[in-house]
Amino acid sequence: MSSHRPTSYLEGISAVDDAPSAAAATLWTDVWRKMRRDKRFWVAAALITMFALMAIAPFLFFTKDPQACPIVDFAQRPSRQHWFGTDILGCDYYTRVIYGARTSFKVGLVVASVTIAIALTLGSSAGYYAGKTDMIASRIADILFSVPTLLGAILVLTLFHGGGALIIGLVIAFFGWPDMFRLVRSTVISGKSRGYVRAARTMGSPGRTILRRHVLPNGIAPVLVFAAYVIGGAVGAEAGLTFLGVGLRLPAISWGLQLAVADTRFPELAYLMVYPSLFLCLMIGAFILLGESLRDALDVKLEPND
Amino acid sequence: MTDQVLAIDDLQVEFRTEEGVVKAVDGVGYALGKGEVLAVLGESGSGKTVHARAIMRILDSPPAFITNGTVRLGDIELLTLDEDDMREVRGSRVAMLFQDPHTALDPVFTVGDQLMELLRERRKMSRGQAREESLALLQRVGIPDARDRLDAFPHQLSGGIAQRVMVAMAVALEPEVLLADEPTSSLDVTVQAQVLELLGSLVAETEMSMVLITHNLAVAVGLAQRIAVMYAGRIVELGPARDVYTTPKHPYTAGLLRSIPDIQVREERLPGIAGSPPNLLKLPTGCAFSPRCPLADDRCRTEVPAFFAVGPDRWSACFHPDEVQR
Repeated sequence: MSSHRPTSYLEGISAVDDAPSAAAATLWTDVWRKMRRDKRFWVAAALITMFALMAIAPFLFFTKDPQACPIVDFAQRPSRQHWFGTDILGCDYYTRVIYGARTSFKVGLVVASVTIAIALTLGSSAGYYAGKTDMIASRIADILFSVPTLLGAILVLTLFHGGGALIIGLVIAFFGWPDMFRLVRSTVISGKSRGYVRAARTMGSPGRTILRRHVLPNGIAPVLVFAAYVIGGAVGAEAGLTFLGVGLRLPAISWGLQLAVADTRFPELAYLMVYPSLFLCLMIGAFILLGESLRDALDVKLEPND
Repeated sequence: MTDQVLAIDDLQVEFRTEEGVVKAVDGVGYALGKGEVLAVLGESGSGKTVHARAIMRILDSPPAFITNGTVRLGDIELLTLDEDDMREVRGSRVAMLFQDPHTALDPVFTVGDQLMELLRERRKMSRGQAREESLALLQRVGIPDARDRLDAFPHQLSGGIAQRVMVAMAVALEPEVLLADEPTSSLDVTVQAQVLELLGSLVAETEMSMVLITHNLAVAVGLAQRIAVMYAGRIVELGPARDVYTTPKHPYTAGLLRSIPDIQVREERLPGIAGSPPNLLKLPTGCAFSPRCPLADDRCRTEVPAFFAVGPDRWSACFHPDEVQR
């Protein structure tokens, strides 16, 4: 006991302090763990997979030609022969409704990808570089934001006498991107004051790298959630525009067109209204459910704070 | 001094805020020798962190602007360098260490990713080389099981290990100067000592110089050869660590020393420094410390004291350096 004195005040302290060594739990494995237990996610995933299959390979679901419409069979009520009946031209309605998923899916994907592309590039530059870049991008966004998306789309599509799914998607995205732009911009602004951004700057990383490697990966979660809502919204918008007569036109196949026709024969041919609305609601609902499940798993707040 | 690595002269930084202009750094100057550790000691708001960020030129402008001064690193002047050249200097010639390692590491990438990013971008290493080098760096800063740590995410590391990772990143490009901004303030006391010991040994092995920014006098005396004491944006005392500790020549330094509890003396109440740190928006006329200073006279309240030589390699911004009592 007597002569033992520590030679250093560090003696006996191991260099290993209480380091937790639990299995790697990254943001995304954590998100997956939460979503796996979420019924909403599974419902959404099942529906979206089904609609995606309908869009990619509709022949899996039917054997009839959607364009083969013997006029003698017109307006038949649902039967074993025609599950959803036939429309006023004699086409098999089940085949037509299934085929409609492709249009909606296409529009949804076009709108989401264009919106994300514009919002990410403009929003992150505006947020990160601030100053003039921000001023210009934000004013453009403000101008488009002040035009209601549907109204703007109606105007443009009327001028161009409608268009295909691609054109409609581009028009919806053109008027709709400012929402996501604002979200990305505010996410980037709050992200760039983080310690690791300052640290990366002191290590000499260029702005581009910092934005791409540090700011965006940390701020991408709310954008993904928002993208799910954007797809749902776009599907609804296309159906609405087409229903109003400024979107797709015959011989295209779209739930909006089917609803427009059904509207003229309501209520005597009510089944014509039921099936496309049901599919439309299910698809929009699926993407909203996916968004909500993702939102809760990522624990993001979607209100931009500016 | 033999080899001068970093020389700062009359550095001034102001923050232009809505309430007015604040001089956060007001004429700071010192020279740092090769392999030297200089502690910059001061309380919150004294400008010690701002001066380091000014050297790195990573202040956010607005609101912060460097309005005057020179910062010479070897043969280059940092304050007039264009942004691209300055970026080359950061990390490879001057690096910085931050207070809280967990906020300075990016939560979505592994430790290895972050080290490798740096090495690949700045050293143009291949993936394999960068991984080997990262591993070597982690081992060098004394991280046990370094290979496993490469694939760990920051939140899986304790504060001490995370700060060691930050040290590894800071020395990865072998900078001449390391600006350590309160590197141990967020850590447990036992871990603090380990990180300080690591920093000390790195300086000893590599001839790297270090500016150790701290509010902890014991840390400063333990690691630094010289101490610069900052108050209200100025250096008020500068000298060899031991001399400043034993015979302070500025009443503010003396006040700091008196407020350290002495285990030998039973005291009811620890003496502090009267008053509170100055509001930089309304600095008193004359010496900024005068309202709190027991030695202040009329001259102190009207005239700003220059930085006087008060001994061999000792400087004090006080009109009464010899009346200061420890």
